[in-house]
Amino acid sequence: MPSLEIRDLFVALAATPDKPIVKGLNLTIRTGEVHAIMGPNGTGKSTLSKAISGHPDYVITSGDVILDGKSILEMEPDERARAGLFLAFQYPSEIPGVSIANFLRAAVQARLAEGEELDATAYYKRLYSKMDMLKIDRKFTSRSVNEGFSGGEKKRCEILQMAMLEPTFALMDETDSGLDIDALRIVAEGVEAMRGDKLGVLLITHYQRLLDYIVPDFVHVMYDGRIVKSGDKTLALELEAKGYDWVKQELAAATA
Amino acid sequence: MSASPLSTTPAEGLSSAHFATHLSRSAALPAWWLDAKKAAWNQFTALPLPSRTDETWRFSDLKGLDLTGFGLPEAAPQATPKHAAFPQSAELVFANGQATRGPVPADLAGRGVIFAPLEEALREHGDLVRSYFQKHPANLGSEKFVALNTALTATGAFLYVPADVEVALPFVVQHTLTGQNVAAFPHTLVVLGPRAKATLVEFFVSGGAASERQLVSGVNDLHAAEGAQLTYVGAQHWSRQTLAFQVNSIAAGRDARVLSLNLHLGGRQARHESHSRLLGPGAHSEMLALTVADGDREFDQRTLQTHVAPHTTSNLLYKNALLDTAKTIFSGLIIVEPDAQKTDAYQKNRNLMLSDEAEAHSLPGLEIQANDVKCSHGSTSARIDAEQEFYLQARGIAPAAARRLLVTAFFEEVLNKLENEDVHAALTALIASRFQA
Ligand SMILES: Nc1ncnc2c1ncn2[C@@H]1O[C@H](COP(=O)(O)OP(=O)(O)O)[C@@H](O)[C@H]1O
Ligand SMILES: [Mg+2]
Repeated sequence: MPSLEIRDLFVALAATPDKPIVKGLNLTIRTGEVHAIMGPNGTGKSTLSKAISGHPDYVITSGDVILDGKSILEMEPDERARAGLFLAFQYPSEIPGVSIANFLRAAVQARLAEGEELDATAYYKRLYSKMDMLKIDRKFTSRSVNEGFSGGEKKRCEILQMAMLEPTFALMDETDSGLDIDALRIVAEGVEAMRGDKLGVLLITHYQRLLDYIVPDFVHVMYDGRIVKSGDKTLALELEAKGYDWVKQELAAATA
Repeated sequence: MSASPLSTTPAEGLSSAHFATHLSRSAALPAWWLDAKKAAWNQFTALPLPSRTDETWRFSDLKGLDLTGFGLPEAAPQATPKHAAFPQSAELVFANGQATRGPVPADLAGRGVIFAPLEEALREHGDLVRSYFQKHPANLGSEKFVALNTALTATGAFLYVPADVEVALPFVVQHTLTGQNVAAFPHTLVVLGPRAKATLVEFFVSGGAASERQLVSGVNDLHAAEGAQLTYVGAQHWSRQTLAFQVNSIAAGRDARVLSLNLHLGGRQARHESHSRLLGPGAHSEMLALTVADGDREFDQRTLQTHVAPHTTSNLLYKNALLDTAKTIFSGLIIVEPDAQKTDAYQKNRNLMLSDEAEAHSLPGLEIQANDVKCSHGSTSARIDAEQEFYLQARGIAPAAARRLLVTAFFEEVLNKLENEDVHAALTALIASRFQA
């Protein structure tokens, strides 16, 4: 069974490699599993997901990330994506001039063998069916990627991309933030529809709300760059009830 | 293949010995033509190279204008046309100046359409050529190089479409230049009679290694008489070491519409000048250019829109995609002459910066001598930042494909102005070929 293993990972900004943000994080995700990482703002959740995806602002100073038994640290971001990783961005970029249809087409084409041509009819059929599922107006195909989109539209567009690219592991960074309850439901249904033994998900959030719709198999609490507590879905409820201060106090007590 | 081994003067490279050889090869051509060549050679040798104080060469790399060592090419093996696999009216292929021509369809020839190599046109339609050749020269700084073109040109196409003849399919010309230190001087002359309609597409390519050092000084004269509709496309993909000059002049008569699109992909240093003259009421000139500037190339573009008659319109849109440490210069001027009331003139230079180290200079200008006109000019630079690039990569799109996607999207607005889908597709493919990883 394919797995994504994060081993004792230390991540810093490339500009300040001696100041780690992620500090020795361990986590293994298998396909078929949904893991949630919860943690307060500024604890390093986005840093973790971007570093795994190969963002050039970050350096991995030690540790490893293993996809299907192979380290991905030497791979370029596009190679990692083609190897099966997907990052749903907390803040998706706007790409003026590049239509969603052409953008996704290039992404799908990138996954074909050298010289193999995309079947345009089949592509559009698939694209429209995913758009219907996510209740995205078909007119969006000709709009520039994320340009002028509302917060909710951007997040739905991320899920659309994920649905089209069928990754093995998806890192979803605060996909719930900025969504009203209807949009949240649509996004959650989209993810639920993809859920299955071919996909492993890491859901990053700091609200329990999303987890009512996408019920995780595992919940991890991240604090100050590492996972400090792991459990099942009840941990999310406990965290919701007691707040992050509870984790901080437990941690302080343990290290005292 | 290499340049013919004639002695060169250190200052110019192309010597009077080259010119004498060229002239003797042209001996069978009309006397006025030979006289024009002699005058042009004298002008070329008399004119200095551009200097620091020339406003028309501001920001240009003057050291790059090194003409030493170039000679005329020897005949090359026949070139196969490779960029124009689309339906066309007729085709002319020049390989190091050697012409190979497809036939002009009988129905077109029967209606008086002429599409022939320039030298053949000089022999058979000398007076026609004479009345249009350099009738409206563009004087935007490259006079020396235009003189060199006149002096040494032996290649290029002459297209003549008489009154009321509309030709649907494009005429295609391909110039291929092969060899180290060789020079080429293509001259294109297009004359559309009243209410005629035609499209000419030219491809300028180097045939040999990308490292071949070459010199090209090309000129084209486009004439659209009353009510004529002319589409001209010039696509250059010279070698990485080519020094290229291309000077366009456009003359549009009453109610004529001219669309010119120049695609610049190659060259080490490529200078492009384009001058439109709106000579009759209702005339319109659409001036378009697309440039992929990568590596450490320089693309230097100077334009002039001269509104002579009232109720004329012009619309210029030059788009540059800049990568690496490339440099572009756009300097455009709109002149509205005193009689040209009710002029609408627009000029826009848009730059897409895909690198922090690339340099785009923009020098727009207006000179309005009439009082009832609408003119605007402007330049914009949009930057692709690291976040956008990462976003594309995070979807599995390789860096070269990502750049191609961004540049193609940026160019689409201009390419969409082409009526002919095949030509549009051929240019898209040529642009895409620049982004193969
Ligand atoms: N690109 C960046 N530039 C500057 N600081 C950063 C950058 N990325 C992360 N940080 C810093 O690292 C810490 C963790 O940030 P982040 O990973 O965004 O946390 P989270 O996603 O958990 O809210 C914060 O202190 C943040 O300011
Ligand atoms: Mg975050």
